[in-house]
Amino acid sequence: MFRDTINLLRKDLLLEARGREVVPAMALLALSTLVVLHFALGQQSLDGKLAAGALWIAILFSATLGIGRLFVAESEDGGMDAVLLTPVDRAAILLAKVIALFTFLVMVQIVIVPAFGLLLLGPHLAPALPKLVGILLLTDAAIATVGALVGAIAVQSRLRDLLAPLLALPLLIPPLIAATHATAGILATGGPEGIPGRWPLIIALYALVFGLLGIALYDNVLDD
Amino acid sequence: MGATGTNAVALEAVGRTYGERDALLGVTLTLPPGGSLAVLGANGAGKTTLLRLLAGLLRPTSGTATVLGSSLPKESWAIRGRIGLLAHDPMLYRALTVRENLAHQARLLSAPTERVDELIDAVGLSNRADEPLRTLSRGLIQRAAAARALLATPELMLLDEPYANLDPGGQSLLQPLLENNRSVVITGHDPEALLRGTDFAVGLKAGRVAFHAPSNQVSSADWKALYEG
Repeated sequence: MFRDTINLLRKDLLLEARGREVVPAMALLALSTLVVLHFALGQQSLDGKLAAGALWIAILFSATLGIGRLFVAESEDGGMDAVLLTPVDRAAILLAKVIALFTFLVMVQIVIVPAFGLLLLGPHLAPALPKLVGILLLTDAAIATVGALVGAIAVQSRLRDLLAPLLALPLLIPPLIAATHATAGILATGGPEGIPGRWPLIIALYALVFGLLGIALYDNVLDD
Repeated sequence: MGATGTNAVALEAVGRTYGERDALLGVTLTLPPGGSLAVLGANGAGKTTLLRLLAGLLRPTSGTATVLGSSLPKESWAIRGRIGLLAHDPMLYRALTVRENLAHQARLLSAPTERVDELIDAVGLSNRADEPLRTLSRGLIQRAAAARALLATPELMLLDEPYANLDPGGQSLLQPLLENNRSVVITGHDPEALLRGTDFAVGLKAGRVAFHAPSNQVSSADWKALYEG
């Protein structure tokens, strides 16, 4: 299964490197959100909960776009049928898509977190970065497990562009609420505070539950 | 696991619905190992649905289906990698080159890497193998798709209008590669040619079997009736 996952992931990353259809669009949407918030709020000194909310709204929008595009290459070219005709473990297909979406989110955040620090954040970003990166990576894992499952369901429908956000948004709200709470203290004026343990735990549990759900359901989701 | 001694394909009263619509209804047919079966019928008769069902990509909603000795959908895992499907979609990524596409598919099928170069030569794409698929004509994409379908040296080949986009040279190049030395189920819109080149034929009309007989016993009146009304 590990070898199949690597092979499928390599193909997803190669397709993105060639086509650049997902990550730039996700980054542009997130950056546009931050720019609008910068001008709408008329200040460059958000901190605490407000700063955390602004950051996670931008990430939520870009994640939703990424989820909607996750299976487009398979859908448009019939590539998923070719994969389903091979003896590849369905869990490998899920895992490859989870890692691909996780990678796309990290790439987007490499661009938008500094922009967030520049456009909206009051306190200095640098001291907050170690803890912020930890929460970002953990939440990316939760978003990716939800997204790989939702993307596979949505792509079966002709209304996939509508269905992906409709399914993804309500499912992503719980981990993003936890992420916002976890991030609020990190972005507080006066330096990063400790993260209450329950929020990262909620995010990790969410990722775990959706990972297990994906493994249980993926055969049925992908096979007709 | 081979299909020797059992039929390559055995369907008994198989049905498949899409919502309220019956795409296939009560389809019963067999194909012995190494035999070839022509599937005839007008557009929308259920030919593509039948092939996707035999490939394990669609589940039958009624009846029993056995392919290469495995019962579908319960044992569909057992036929993966043993069936080649050449369908309307090329099942290849347009942003990748022919070689990258075939190498990716070969890795998933655990096919030897040298098989990729061998098939690129065989389908006449040696001089275009490193170009992205989206730059190729439909005929050349069909050649690449044929190479993909042949990667695992399949025991059963399912061919859905395989020569639709090919020039005569392409067709004469691919036909022996796709159809020789294996069980074949093939659809198309040239009934006379299909009947000449196959052992058995099944005629589908609105998802139902109108006839199932040795190809040389199917009269022109039989197949012409499929396209009337």
